Amino acid sequence: MGDYLVLAISAILVNNILLAQYLGNCPFLGTSKKMETAVGMAAAVVFVLVMAGLITWIVNTFVLQTLGLDYLRTIAFILVIASLVQFVEMFLKKSIPALYAGLGIFLPLITTNCAVMGVCLINVNEEYTFIQALVSSFAYAVGFGLALILFAGVRERVLLGRVPRPLQDTSIALVTAGIISLAFFAFKGMV
Amino acid sequence: MIEALLFMLIIGALCGTVLSFASKIFYVWEDPRIAQVENYLAGANCGGCGFTGCSAAAAAVVEGKAPPSVCAVAGPEATTSVAGVMGMDPGSAEPRVSMNPCDGGDRAEDRFYYNGVNTCEAMVAMFGGKRVCQVGCLGYGDCVRICSFSAIKMGPEGYPVIDEVACVGCGACQRACPKDLIHVRTMSDRLLHTNLETDPLAPCQQTCPAEIDIPTYIAQIREGDYEGAVHTIRERNPLLLSCGRVCPHPCEDYCRRGVEDEAVSINQLKRFAADFEMNSGKRLPIACAPDTGKRVAVAGGGPAGLSAAYFLRRLGHSVTIFEAMPKLGGMIRYGIPEYRLPKKTLDWEIEGILNLGIEARTNMRLGRDFNVADMEKEGFEAIFIAHGAWVDYNLKVEGEDLKGCFKGIDFLSRLASGEELDIKGKKAAVVGGGNSAIDCVRNLIRLGAEEVSIVYRRTRSEMPANEVEIEAAEHEGINFVFLAAPTQVIGDADGNVKQLEYLKMELGEPDASGRRRPVPVEGSETRMDLDILITAIGQQPDMSFKNMGPGMADLKITRWNTFDTDPYTLQTSIPHIFTAGDAATGPSLVVEAIGGGRRAARSIHQFLSGEEVKAPESSLFKRHIDESIFKQVPGVEKKPRSKMTELPPEERVKSFEEVDKVLTEEEALAESNRCLSCCRVCYNPDVAA
Ligand SMILES: Cc1cc2nc3c(=O)[nH]c(=O)nc-3n(C[C@H](O)[C@H](O)[C@H](O)COP(=O)(O)OP(=O)(O)OC[C@H]3O[C@@H](n4cnc5c(N)ncnc54)[C@H](O)[C@@H]3O)c2cc1C
Ligand code: SF4
Repeated sequence: MGDYLVLAISAILVNNILLAQYLGNCPFLGTSKKMETAVGMAAAVVFVLVMAGLITWIVNTFVLQTLGLDYLRTIAFILVIASLVQFVEMFLKKSIPALYAGLGIFLPLITTNCAVMGVCLINVNEEYTFIQALVSSFAYAVGFGLALILFAGVRERVLLGRVPRPLQDTSIALVTAGIISLAFFAFKGMV
Repeated sequence: MIEALLFMLIIGALCGTVLSFASKIFYVWEDPRIAQVENYLAGANCGGCGFTGCSAAAAAVVEGKAPPSVCAVAGPEATTSVAGVMGMDPGSAEPRVSMNPCDGGDRAEDRFYYNGVNTCEAMVAMFGGKRVCQVGCLGYGDCVRICSFSAIKMGPEGYPVIDEVACVGCGACQRACPKDLIHVRTMSDRLLHTNLETDPLAPCQQTCPAEIDIPTYIAQIREGDYEGAVHTIRERNPLLLSCGRVCPHPCEDYCRRGVEDEAVSINQLKRFAADFEMNSGKRLPIACAPDTGKRVAVAGGGPAGLSAAYFLRRLGHSVTIFEAMPKLGGMIRYGIPEYRLPKKTLDWEIEGILNLGIEARTNMRLGRDFNVADMEKEGFEAIFIAHGAWVDYNLKVEGEDLKGCFKGIDFLSRLASGEELDIKGKKAAVVGGGNSAIDCVRNLIRLGAEEVSIVYRRTRSEMPANEVEIEAAEHEGINFVFLAAPTQVIGDADGNVKQLEYLKMELGEPDASGRRRPVPVEGSETRMDLDILITAIGQQPDMSFKNMGPGMADLKITRWNTFDTDPYTLQTSIPHIFTAGDAATGPSLVVEAIGGGRRAARSIHQFLSGEEVKAPESSLFKRHIDESIFKQVPGVEKKPRSKMTELPPEERVKSFEEVDKVLTEEEALAESNRCLSCCRVCYNPDVAA
């Protein structure tokens, strides 16, 4: 149990996918202007990442490794994740329209999200067990959500500041992201 | 190598198969038109339309939640194609255009700038956003930054100026504006909007019963854009030629310049713009929304009926007017005399309204030639009844039916219908103190009566008639008999009226209305000689149609014989019957009837769209915004008001020629420069400088 906790904390804070690994920068900047969109995006990522993490783990363990085709991992994962997201989108639209209405716009954005891909690869590289992969995927997704929502809050505040014209919008957002990221480095020694 | 290829093939095939099965299993039926519509949209998924991507926008179009012109990028051909898919008329598909009603007022100093704020949103977050007034523009240009089409620029005065041509109506600015000031509206939205507490309104516009955007049309006249002024007035008032002549302009009583100086001559400027259009010889086009296929019957073709018909037609409904008299116009044709409103002018104005595609069936009296059930049977989904107040009150004294005695409305309408009445050389008296009484006396003198008197119970200051009318009557040599209450009418052996007996009165204690009540002086009976007596002491609506035809038992009537309705929505106790004008309010004003007609059209539109018929929240109906009513207006220098030219009294009593002349262009320009371009609290004392 303790191990899983350590794994989770490490994934959420210490190795935060956005702020420590710098993956998934485009949704980080793109969907963080408003708290509302940030929350929607975070929820969608949790949802997709958990499923993608598990499926890719299965594909890797039972197909790629048994066939000795490890070198095809990246391309296979891309295919699997993309199909998965498409599938989930269709499934939700038919079966849980309410959820689809909430997450619908964000799902396609995630198809090609490197944060998702990154976590799947980490799971495999670290040679996690199935349960570990589950915990890790979920925790990374929570970390993504946490960072995104924090950042959206900060950006809404930045609007109140007097930003020199050349630095406005994306530039100041990147600078801010850097500073938040530095703050996250304080977690480094924890685990 | 071979394994790798094989593996990729297999996994690819697998994913493909699973997805294609999934798309069968999880198939959700979609209107095929959604895909067709989406084909014509730009496909950029830019979100400019306010929907989450092109397919969402297409779905909204098919559901009727967005117009065919939804796509902000694709341009007019796409609109036409989309309208084609939807089977709509693309020509009249309503474009949406952004409007910024605030011109910033006097916010020269940037009060909050050094607190480090540089967006409107931040301003609202930190300081509640108040800059000058509660609702005004903050001027940091959130809207300018958000617009992807460069349709908003920061103007030289520091407020955003919208380029209506570049604006695609995407609504981004409306969403960005934290003061809810910029609105992207279709024409219908604008026609349906009534004054709200939160609107940026000048005191005059708050007062006008028709809610005309007065400062805007005056500014347009100032800039020489007379056509624009006509359009601005027409957005609220289809009878601008008539109103420009007969309106007693309650707005001028609240004119901010009027606090320090004479009020701006608002109505003369309206008349100037209206006459400009008529004299230009061509009619300015009036846009109508796409046809809705709903039919509305309008009974009564007076100002209220014409106004409701006009607004309903512009909202896309088809309208049929049923009118009892041979011609449309109501009291403004059959009551208001030729010398105040020439019939030629009125005809031109009414023709313009009917040209929108409104059918008029004249000589059709509700209750005589048809009833409400007949209209329902003919397929009218809503019925609007504005049959005015045409039943004169009786004096209730002996002898008032003798030969030579008339009732005010009866006399005026017979005259207006062209009947020859033998008045020449006779002595005439009119009982009453309202507009009808004054119109009667001024008519009589033109018809060649030797002596004309007006007999009124109270004094001049209590007369309900318009001040200008009373003055005009005085100039024309009418004899005023105040403080006189008729007691009997005396005739000769042939039954012709010969004398009127009245009691002299004196003013006593003020009554409930605040006017001092006249009390009779005992034994003061006086007789005056006359050959013609007209009673014009007020009218009420004729509700006799209520007893004709079934289903009218539920129709509630007040004790003044008017419809019992909510004064804002004007829906009667029978949900599909609406009303306005004198039939709803009792005898009132033309502008009141026009404003009522528009509100009723709004209610009917709600009713036909299946919405609840109700007034908007925070409606400013018949009220003023406290912060706009000033006791002093610093900075205003006195400038004399442009006087309109009148026909000299000696000349005008000889004919029915129009008495008041329109302002010249020069006078109108000078007058428009007296306007302070007010808003809620801002005003500009240096417009003219
Ligand atoms: C002499 C006079 C002078 C006035 N001067 C002014 C002025 O200077 N300024 C001002 O603002 N206001 C003035 N008014 C008031 C103004 O004319 C009215 O308030 C206004 O016309 C009311 O409009 P309406 O449409 O409600 O009714 P109306 O104008 O009375 O129109 C009602 C219409 O319904 C028709 N009708 C009646 N019964 C039936 C029926 N059973 N079936 C079908 N149709 C029917 C009538 O023929 C008429 O066309 C004056 C009124 C009078 C009488
Ligand atoms: S000065 Fe102009 S805007 Fe102000 S109240 Fe008078 S007419 Fe209206």
